[in-house]
Amino acid sequence: MIDHFPESSLLISKEDLIPYSFDATATFYHAPLAVLFPSSIEDILWVLKWAKSNHACILPRGSGTSLSGAAVPQKNSIVLSMTKWNKILETDPDNLTLLVEPGITTQVVQEEAAKYSLFYPPDPGSYKISTIGGNVGHNSGGIRGLKYGVTRNYVLGMEVVLPNGQVVWLGNKCVKDSAGYSLKDLFIGSEGTLGIVTKVLLRLIPKPQERQVILASFPTLEAASEATSAIIKAALIPSALEFLDQKTIECIEAYSPAGFPKESQAVLLIESDGHPQAVRDEITRINQVLKQYGPLEIKIAEDPKQQEQLWSARKVAFSALARKAPTVLLEDVTVPRSSLVQMIRKIQQISKTYAVEIAVYAHMGDGNLHPVFLGDESNKDLMEKVFRAMKEIFLYAIKLGGTITGEHGVGLAKKEFLAYQYKSEEFQLLKSIKKILDPENLLNPGKIFD
Amino acid sequence: MDPAVIQKCIHCGMCLPSCPTYQETKIERNSPRGRISLMRAIAEKRMDLTASFAHELYFCLGCLACQTACPVGVDYKTLFEASRQDIEKSKILNNPLRLLARTFLIKYLFLSSWRLRTFGRLLRIYQRMGLDRFFKSLPFLPAKLKDMLGQLPSIAPHFSYEIISTREIPINTPARWKVGLLTGCVQDLVFSKINRDTADVLLYNGCEVICPPEQGCCGSLHAHNGELETAERLAKKLLAAFPIEELDAIITNSAGCGSHLKHFSDLFPPGTFWRQKAEVWDKKVYDIHEWLIKIGFSPPQAFPCTSQSHTVITYHDACHLCHGQKIKNEPRAILRSLPCIQFIELEEADHCCGSAGIYNILQPEMAHKLLNKKVEKIKKTNASVVCTANPGCLLFIEKGLKKHHLNIQTIHPISLLAQYYRMKERDGGSIEKKEANLAGLIH
Ligand SMILES: Cc1cc2nc3c(=O)[nH]c(=O)nc-3n(C[C@H](O)[C@H](O)[C@H](O)COP(=O)(O)OP(=O)(O)OC[C@H]3O[C@@H](n4cnc5c(N)ncnc54)[C@H](O)[C@@H]3O)c2cc1C
Ligand code: SF4
Ligand code: SF4
Repeated sequence: MIDHFPESSLLISKEDLIPYSFDATATFYHAPLAVLFPSSIEDILWVLKWAKSNHACILPRGSGTSLSGAAVPQKNSIVLSMTKWNKILETDPDNLTLLVEPGITTQVVQEEAAKYSLFYPPDPGSYKISTIGGNVGHNSGGIRGLKYGVTRNYVLGMEVVLPNGQVVWLGNKCVKDSAGYSLKDLFIGSEGTLGIVTKVLLRLIPKPQERQVILASFPTLEAASEATSAIIKAALIPSALEFLDQKTIECIEAYSPAGFPKESQAVLLIESDGHPQAVRDEITRINQVLKQYGPLEIKIAEDPKQQEQLWSARKVAFSALARKAPTVLLEDVTVPRSSLVQMIRKIQQISKTYAVEIAVYAHMGDGNLHPVFLGDESNKDLMEKVFRAMKEIFLYAIKLGGTITGEHGVGLAKKEFLAYQYKSEEFQLLKSIKKILDPENLLNPGKIFD
Repeated sequence: MDPAVIQKCIHCGMCLPSCPTYQETKIERNSPRGRISLMRAIAEKRMDLTASFAHELYFCLGCLACQTACPVGVDYKTLFEASRQDIEKSKILNNPLRLLARTFLIKYLFLSSWRLRTFGRLLRIYQRMGLDRFFKSLPFLPAKLKDMLGQLPSIAPHFSYEIISTREIPINTPARWKVGLLTGCVQDLVFSKINRDTADVLLYNGCEVICPPEQGCCGSLHAHNGELETAERLAKKLLAAFPIEELDAIITNSAGCGSHLKHFSDLFPPGTFWRQKAEVWDKKVYDIHEWLIKIGFSPPQAFPCTSQSHTVITYHDACHLCHGQKIKNEPRAILRSLPCIQFIELEEADHCCGSAGIYNILQPEMAHKLLNKKVEKIKKTNASVVCTANPGCLLFIEKGLKKHHLNIQTIHPISLLAQYYRMKERDGGSIEKKEANLAGLIH
């Protein structure tokens, strides 16, 4: 392999590999065998063959911001870094589509869309650095999931290199397509275990004319959760409905003050967008609902600058929470929205029972909660408790009809719990798909399941 | 190195988009997250301190954009300086040429103001006689050496102490504050005029100025290049040169120095005499822009001007001002207060221009890539003047503009402000005359 690639595209020294031995998940580390920056599909095919005959495996990687350990190398992994494949291949304003390479960042895609007064809604907190390949890998969501959906809703097609060396194109520019199984959907959220995505065709939508952001603070977590459930029940669908608890607010404000009220126990950050008149109506109605749940304060962001400030601040929530503890573990259980209050109560109770500090922020409107466990890798006792608390939260979410992960994926971190969520025949079905596409376990083995 | 500082990094990657070296190469080891992971591997004894690691740390610009971007609050500056110190102690990069250059520059030249000034005098004579052009025209000199000769900045006709008295008092207003003025090293040799301008601006705003003639280098160059012990010696010299207790503030106009000067106490162990002195000092050090905003500076008097005559200016954030000291709004507020000027924001104003201390000499390739980017962005603003508050940036950006044959001036914001104040004093004529002055003002 060393002879086949130039020095600039194949990294093998220790100093080069250590920086690829983790993603954004705490506690998982393993250095790869090598890191390859492919310069063509042929390079990818060559390395697939090489891996097959040398008992190695391949880990496609974007920016390594995965929060489930999906981008952490395993034994004999060759990291296939897609970050240099970051071009826009075609902008088609007539069909409202964008064809991109997988290493392009979410932010650049959003900016390109905006140039044509169009809109690419998926907006993960990591958007400045996360790649479209990684977004597809995890079917990533973001703050606008409530009204606009997640990455899956914006992928019309993709080029994929299969483990057997075939290069396939799945999907097309059509808005509708009923020709057979929706194969592209199989690869969305597959965490690099089924194929290497080399091109992605994205759907864009018209840019909403107007947006308004409300910031409402509450004296208790329950009040904020109840208000959320009530908004959904009133069939109001704002573009974002986010929740932050007091610990999260405190850390965000320590990073860059954005005007979150530090005294309140919980805040809701709500965005309405669309036609100006519709936005005005929606804001009024949301306000009415909020008022019934005893808010301490309701504020409307004054201008786009202030809106942006609030959202940027919201997006750093996870990293900012790392100010609180040496090791932070972030989970993303999701429950039906009518069960939000129950889930929040349970998290508080579990935090007390195990004496583990848990901060919570959430894509509340999606029922997607991010309990953040404040741990310390060097304190075994504490970590033991953290993992037990975490397990109990997963089990409770499943009991409520929820899922162990709303957007971060299973990776290494949650594979142990996947079997609780699926019945055995369902679990087998999941595994059999991997077997068909990748019988030799060449692509990102050991992720999602063993 | 303190493991607690390294472990703070949760490898979330939020700093990657702002790191110039990562943005160029897209390789993790060239990113803050990658560099910190290598530091951690060394601290945990999973890796030795290797030459490759050392090169990586000298490939890092030390621009601290990652520190601004990091939501966790990782103190990259401390990690970076401590790593470079470990590298120098390990001598792993030593070779005769490097050793000679470092010993001459860092351990000899920049250690005493007398040596620096003597060197400056010689260089001045050499430049006056046109010898630099002569040497550069010699066909047999290697291109690299010629390039280095070309990079030597022009030495100013006077050093700071020759044009600023040890004590100066405001003439027309009573002194409301008493401040110390730092003259710096490069600033003293090349930009003593900026120091004079700073003194004038301070006087105009009611500050009595104390400016000891013997100050020397503040040591930021040394701290940045792994010579923390030398930095400590230089800090002691400065601490002794100023009557700290008597002063309301100690003013610097150089971003790179300011970012170091505000943390002198880190150089001394807690409880020691010097630490106590440094703690008082640290609290009193202000960047000039920061100080002017704090005391409520007097904006230059407005005068009528036709829209055509508006000079378009833009502003480049020196890394150690915006990332190192979090000073972004103050210089802009000052520039926006100037009459007859249209202020245009520079895209990516807070991205490093590549100068980064002596980085542009050590890593010319990366430095020039960043410089070209910066010049492109400047061009886009259509500005005829670029302001920036650091001697290194001023020199490097000027070089880039010249290379691209652009007729755009570079100037320190405080010099521009000083010119406005002076214009008012000279004033008395017609509007036309004022406008004529404005056109000729930026030089
Ligand atoms: C601070 C922070 C905030 C975050 N906020 C959110 C959020 O709001 N919502 C959310 O959903 N996630 C969030 N995440 C998680 C993470 O950013 C997303 O999962 C993101 O999509 C990962 O992108 P990446 O480029 O870093 O991919 P990586 O981490 O490099 O990879 C992720 C997965 O995708 C696979 N993959 C990558 N590229 C390809 C390819 N070309 N072909 C096939 N497989 C590929 C990898 O094998 C891996 O399994 C956040 C993470 C951080 C650190
Ligand atoms: S330095 Fe900060 S932003 Fe960068 S990876 Fe580490 S924790 Fe994240
Ligand atoms: S100091 Fe600048 S170059 Fe160095 S890691 Fe930080 S952002 Fe990158």
